[in-house]
Amino acid sequence: MNERAITFTLNGRPREVQVPAHRTLLDVLRDDLGALEVKEGCGEGVCGTCTVLLDDEPVSACLVLIPRVAGRRITTVRGLGEGEALHPLQEAFATHGAAQCGFCIPGMLLTAYAYLRDHPTPSREEIRRAIAGNLCRCTGYVKIIDAIARVAEGRAGRG
Amino acid sequence: MARQVLHPPKERLRVVGQSVTRHDAVDKVQARTLYAADWEMPAMLHGVVLRSPYPSARIRRIDPSPAQALPGVAAVLLAPDVPHNTLWTDVPGQTSEVGALRARIHVLADGLVRYQGEPVALVAAETRDLAQQAAELIVVEYEPCAGVFDPAAALQTGAPNVHDEGNLLASWRIRRGDPEAALARAAVVVEGTYRCQFIDHAYLEPESGVAWIDSDGVLVIRVSTQVIEHFRAVAEVLGLPHNKVRVIGPYVGGGFGGKEDVTVEVFLGLLVWRTRRPVKMTWTRQESLLARPKRHPFVLRYRTAATREGELVAQAVDLLADSGAYAYLSALVLMYAAVTAAGPYRVPHVSVQARVAYTNNPPTSAMRGFGAMQMVLGYESQMDRLARRLGIDPVDLRVRNALVKGDRLPIGQELDTHAAVAETARRAWEALGPRPSASTPAHRVGRGLACNMQPYGRIVWLHDWASAWVGFEMDGSLVVRTGTPDVGGGQASSLCQIAAEVLGLDVGRVSIHIADSALTPLAGTTTATRQLYMSGNAVLQASTVLRQQILEVAARMLETPAAVLEMREGAAVAPHGPRVALAAVMKECARLGVSRSALAVYHAPAGDPIDLERGGGRVFPDYSFGAHAVDVEVDTETGHVRVLRHVACHDVGRAINPQSVEGQIQGGAVMGLGYGLMEEVVLDRGVNLSTLFATYLIPSSLDVPDVEPLIVESGEGKGPFGARGIGEPPIGPPAAAVANAIEDAVGVRITELPITPERVARALGLFRDP
Repeated sequence: MNERAITFTLNGRPREVQVPAHRTLLDVLRDDLGALEVKEGCGEGVCGTCTVLLDDEPVSACLVLIPRVAGRRITTVRGLGEGEALHPLQEAFATHGAAQCGFCIPGMLLTAYAYLRDHPTPSREEIRRAIAGNLCRCTGYVKIIDAIARVAEGRAGRG
Repeated sequence: MARQVLHPPKERLRVVGQSVTRHDAVDKVQARTLYAADWEMPAMLHGVVLRSPYPSARIRRIDPSPAQALPGVAAVLLAPDVPHNTLWTDVPGQTSEVGALRARIHVLADGLVRYQGEPVALVAAETRDLAQQAAELIVVEYEPCAGVFDPAAALQTGAPNVHDEGNLLASWRIRRGDPEAALARAAVVVEGTYRCQFIDHAYLEPESGVAWIDSDGVLVIRVSTQVIEHFRAVAEVLGLPHNKVRVIGPYVGGGFGGKEDVTVEVFLGLLVWRTRRPVKMTWTRQESLLARPKRHPFVLRYRTAATREGELVAQAVDLLADSGAYAYLSALVLMYAAVTAAGPYRVPHVSVQARVAYTNNPPTSAMRGFGAMQMVLGYESQMDRLARRLGIDPVDLRVRNALVKGDRLPIGQELDTHAAVAETARRAWEALGPRPSASTPAHRVGRGLACNMQPYGRIVWLHDWASAWVGFEMDGSLVVRTGTPDVGGGQASSLCQIAAEVLGLDVGRVSIHIADSALTPLAGTTTATRQLYMSGNAVLQASTVLRQQILEVAARMLETPAAVLEMREGAAVAPHGPRVALAAVMKECARLGVSRSALAVYHAPAGDPIDLERGGGRVFPDYSFGAHAVDVEVDTETGHVRVLRHVACHDVGRAINPQSVEGQIQGGAVMGLGYGLMEEVVLDRGVNLSTLFATYLIPSSLDVPDVEPLIVESGEGKGPFGARGIGEPPIGPPAAAVANAIEDAVGVRITELPITPERVARALGLFRDP
């Protein structure tokens, strides 16, 4: 098998894997590195469930072949909080009832995180557009948008 | 006669009625929840299913040897390798059998395949890739056969038989009064035919599980399921005693009825038993879309008669549904449809004829709303047409005919709790406020309303029950154990709130263990909008008994009669302030040998099977009522429909956790909009063309508005504290409300789902049909 060594950082920690080049980032994260916080929803890049940050941008891990991450930074939802403390988005998702079955939530949080980083004071419609690539079958999206809006308002309030 | 239960008034509740943050939500936002596919075992194999590419074919030969020869393959199983190759797909074992409604499927196809995607062989191998490779090496020679792909065609004489016993799977008739005579002499009769489609549950978590043989020889299956009691089905297939199979149900990544039937658990059982090694099986999204049971499509023919003043006099309904290739729960789905087909209205003369037929389409089975939801398009389109015909306001027409407590349904069942049809219709409609204006001259806006009724709790002759154990630890913290699967609706956390309420604790002091068929008292299925109702009553009952036990000990310690003691803030408290902490009471309990726990079994009101046609009885314990009102904007140049506002109002009796209730309403309404506007499993002579998430579209955040939930708390329901079920009801009204709003906007009536731009454009005459 055409295996090669790939190094990258996962949530700030350097990792090296020896895998065939056709493997996806999603498979390597789950099967080789035990990063089970990354969920597979469709395997075809539609649902956004497996969203991770590649450097700073959200990507569907099921569409990324592993050589593409060489030398780059991968962030999963485990990389969001600091130690045991929840990231404000995680806190808001929990208290606003944004997580029902919760399966879409790791990917949704990362999309929201990257969006708010670049757009600190979005309107509700802008948030709605920002998460359009992350499907949720449980919530109807309202409480997810509520949670993201609340975090944005909190930041605006702090000036 | 059921005992009259008096519920405490809302103002006296401390934990129930609060939007507490769910313990599972805190886990889920940190991705700590280990879903079925996140479980691993040492030396675990990976299983895959080989499925039929044909919707109807004879299997002439299968040769597994090329697969068996592949290094790393641990097992290849065919039909003859399955000890008992029959899966009974009726409701599982805690209940009585359903007699003639028992329906069989083969675990693995034996000689014939009847739908595309039917399982033919199983493989277990060292990796998933290897297992997939091996499955593709199995040689199967098929001889394609004639098939039948439409339920009406299936019932014609000479149609190919899907099963030997013929294509009519089940039929139900309901009759009340003399509908034909009433139709003949009625002032107004409205007729309509409606069609709804196959759709998929499309939960984000595909079917998955891991199984192993534990050190005690028990086969353990940890599987994403709404029904842990399928352990019995696995035992029967393997020929094992029921008590040698255990199912553990982790938190589920969405179910919606799609994880009500058996999914991977029987296959896992077979592969584990053969290989004696742990096996994981996770279906791909594409496999799930291809082969899992769908929602039943129906053709609904309605004739509705009324007086000139708008009083309903007759409803005559003919229903035909597609069961696909196997029965699964079709007969029961059809019964839900038949019982609710006349709608949440008083109608003196009713006839319902309902049939469901086998075809070579994918099987259909349970999905949120279970037959009752498909009826809403029929009866609510009819109500709107009637209102238009009579020149009566659509809300007034519904209010005038709305069921109220004390009315009888066409089957004869008397409604013995509040029926909030009129109230929810008015409130939803009024909440929309002033009409919006169109965004461009090419757009038109319209407003629509739809009411619905949905049973909660299982059919009364299934003698449903649920059990729960509640016990204090020595430090005064509380443990709840119950077999309830949590599918994401907050089932477990609501039970914690109920126990905390009764026992005067902060909800954070309660730990709950759920969904283990060996270790938690069985609580039945998380289906049929029954879990809060059933397990909630069991936890309430156990907590109430436990409270009494504890207070009697506390009474001695405080030298105060138990009857005047309260439990709050983790203590037993006497009227004038003296209190004793629960930890101290537990110590005293231990010293006295008084039990610190209680087990309760809640039995739902039960009854004997009734003859639906003759009526005279109860089919379901109770119903939830609601109404949705929408504003839509129709693009008259493209036929595109956008929902601008959506108000969803439901009577939930008592909201145990208002935030969870809102979540159910918003999520259910959006799923209903997906059904109404975009979703369809497209089939071409039994071949599924929607096997990708790229082709099977569910609503994204851009496709739907913020659904505004309105919670009515009548205080009258059969669940704990007067709660009614709310899991399924919100999916019912949206499609009909949108269809009604479209007619209001552009004057055309859409009768077929989904309401795609193409259908609207066609109705608007934008296409010149050849």
